[in-house]
Amino acid sequence: MAIRSVASRRTLSSLKESSSKLLGLRGIQTFTLPDLPYDYSALEPAISGEIMQIHHQKHHQTYVTNYNNALEQLDQAVNKGDASTVVKLHSAIKFNGGGHVNHSIFWKNLAPVNQGGGEPPKGALGGAIDTHFGSLEGLVKKMSAEGAALQGSGWVWLGLDKELKKLVVDTTANQDPLVTKGGSLVPLVGIDVWEHAYYLQYKNVRPDYLKNVWKVINWKYASEVYESECK
Amino acid sequence: MAASAAVTANYVLKPPPYPLDALEPHMSKQTLEFHWGKHHRAYVDNLKKQVLGSELEGKPLEHIIQNTYNNGDLLPPFNNAAQAWNHEFFWESMKPGGGGKPSGELLALLERDFTSYEKFYDEFNAAAATQFGAGWAWLAYADNKLKVVKTPNAVNPLVLGSFPLLTIDVWEHAYYLDFQNRRPDYIKTFMNNLVSCEAVSSRLEAAKAASS
Repeated sequence: MAIRSVASRRTLSSLKESSSKLLGLRGIQTFTLPDLPYDYSALEPAISGEIMQIHHQKHHQTYVTNYNNALEQLDQAVNKGDASTVVKLHSAIKFNGGGHVNHSIFWKNLAPVNQGGGEPPKGALGGAIDTHFGSLEGLVKKMSAEGAALQGSGWVWLGLDKELKKLVVDTTANQDPLVTKGGSLVPLVGIDVWEHAYYLQYKNVRPDYLKNVWKVINWKYASEVYESECK
Repeated sequence: MAASAAVTANYVLKPPPYPLDALEPHMSKQTLEFHWGKHHRAYVDNLKKQVLGSELEGKPLEHIIQNTYNNGDLLPPFNNAAQAWNHEFFWESMKPGGGGKPSGELLALLERDFTSYEKFYDEFNAAAATQFGAGWAWLAYADNKLKVVKTPNAVNPLVLGSFPLLTIDVWEHAYYLDFQNRRPDYIKTFMNNLVSCEAVSSRLEAAKAASS
């Protein structure tokens, strides 16, 4: 009896800890891999289940793990007043924290066809896209072209410039979040053009990936973000 | 391929000095077919189109690379030119039955400049593993010393004033079909099973001769 209740208390506390671990003297928050709201194979044939599984369970998980490690080291360095270590950790935090931020958005940017993936945006965002890009096709063509032309690794984004109140298309290198291109930029749709996002299925033909990914873009989520930022 | 005798005003897609399946099981034929047959080929073809009719047309690859690096503010032909150069250098950095500890002058210099082959191995591995995003890791020769260098995207040690001796491609396309996300396994396999010590040694001789 007593043993069982100890076990369940431990289970409860580890459940709490699994979403926000408290570490260090000041209790820094660390991160866990978010669950996907759909099965790995649910985006087929646009993106294969094999890619989704490796992308989520390996690549994103590695960013999370390394981000947490960097945050722990940062916490220790800050507590010790070790300024040069704090500065040295900057790039690991940007890479891995950026990787976590960007991929967390990406999973929400995608949806299976039977959950609205690929359905064009309506409402305010649909109107704004027509205003700024002429049509959804115009936006898709621009983003696909910029994604295809990106040298190396990075992302292509549809963003909202909150200050200027307009939609923008931009790219970022490596795992730089969109905000590194402008403090007032809010990401609405990001498309990962790192080779790991498409190589097993599309090999070197990145343009084919970019043609097909639009079939599973979750415009509902992008609209929600747009509308909440426009209030 | 000596550092200074670079490829060819004709911008040819030179095949690797071994059949495409010769590096198996360490690097698959499928990888070579895509990496050489599609990626490398595209850099060569696109470079030809890009310099056609310009003052760069017909100039050696190294000339284009040095003249379009522009202190890091890259001019458009840089990527294709540098990647064409880098990939030819990469194929020639490997051989079937390669890898392992070198001997002779190369080993002596590695021991002089890194304390031991093992220390060099670790430093090269770390550079290749921590080059974030796309890029390359290199053993290079500069100021009469060997050093390990990592570069992003298409950048190579030529533009940094060094003689490249060895390279590993760490763009994901170089290892994804065989290793998926496991870049460290790819790097170890390269070091243990693929490196052509002969190529590195002869490049070292050329670099020393060019520096004297």
